[in-house]
Amino acid sequence: MTDVVIVGAGIVGAACAYELAQAGATVELLDPNIPGSGATAAGMGHLVDLDDDLSRYSVNLWHQLAPQLPKQAEFWNCGTLWIAANDAEMEEARRKPGVELLDAKQLYEAEPHLRPGLAGGAVAKGDAVVYAPVATRWLLEQAKAKVTRRAVTSLDEIQAGAVICATGAMTAKLLPELPIRPRKGHLAITDRYPGLVQHQLVELGYMTSAQGESNESVAFNVQPRPTGQLLIGSSRQYNVETTEIDPPILDRMLTRAFELLPVLRDCNVIRTWTGFRASTPDKIPLIGHLRGNLYLATGHEGLGVTTSLGTAKILAAEILRRPSPLPPAPYRPERFQT
Amino acid sequence: MPKIRCNGREIDAPANATVAALLPPLPGPLCAMGVCMGCRVTIDGRPHQLACQTLVRDGMEVTTP
Repeated sequence: MTDVVIVGAGIVGAACAYELAQAGATVELLDPNIPGSGATAAGMGHLVDLDDDLSRYSVNLWHQLAPQLPKQAEFWNCGTLWIAANDAEMEEARRKPGVELLDAKQLYEAEPHLRPGLAGGAVAKGDAVVYAPVATRWLLEQAKAKVTRRAVTSLDEIQAGAVICATGAMTAKLLPELPIRPRKGHLAITDRYPGLVQHQLVELGYMTSAQGESNESVAFNVQPRPTGQLLIGSSRQYNVETTEIDPPILDRMLTRAFELLPVLRDCNVIRTWTGFRASTPDKIPLIGHLRGNLYLATGHEGLGVTTSLGTAKILAAEILRRPSPLPPAPYRPERFQT
Repeated sequence: MPKIRCNGREIDAPANATVAALLPPLPGPLCAMGVCMGCRVTIDGRPHQLACQTLVRDGMEVTTP
């Protein structure tokens, strides 16, 4: 019998496979699609410290892994520049730990194409970007894990020492008793404009969109790719199941991007697409034992790429009955069981 | 007759010609209908413009890849 079967071969499942294989376990992954082709491929691959234990720990793990990653994983320590539009947001920037504050003059020196009239910003120098589908494949190769293309309809029929459900937004269908809701996002990518943007640019208001429960919201989030292309986000929508581009929300998203970075109006978008995040009510992922031999590593919303490595460490420690690198209680699924 | 500069060389262009019609040969076959993206050039400092969909204007500066 295989020691561990992981359902879902996205970045979170792959990170769990890597971690468990390092500890000597034999691991098999089940996924109806090719590895890393769901939310892993749809997202930006922004490795971002959001001032909580799990994201900070995970960004550090990415830095430790970076020298080993293949060049095609495009790991780039470009940092995040949080944009403060006004004095109130500048106050918010000052409360962020471990950042370098920029006044307005320094902001425009760092990013000359931002719209005039902004108050300043904060640079998180440790943040980075990665091309997550390649990182996923690399983690699976390192784990020497067997990947079987198979759709799973019932987690209880799988024979293994432990079964990990790492199915992202699909968890809503597999385990409908969990409070996971798909949250649709749109992204656009431009042609190559090398040097136009130096940092991952995010408006401080982004957290209101990400952490809020609004049925539909957009926030400015632009990422320079190592190719010179620009990824443009972001949108969040509940209660939508279709994968099609939604022109009104794409319009709102791009309009917001044009407001803060007017130079984008002259750039060509070459592709747009959508994906589904796995959203939980408290915006904290579900990591840990659920029942019987079943464990969860899901519900990461927009942070799955960032927190995949930390998630894997916490879950592997629980499965292998080893000391956890972070207190695991905040992530345990039992918080939603009454 | 409008004049454009292409890679620094002045060209007399018939009115209503597309930029693509006046360019030195670009690599590969081109669709000439705005789909293949093979004719992208820099026009007046803006990169990635489709030469086949842009009409010449007097004084236009074109740079090919």
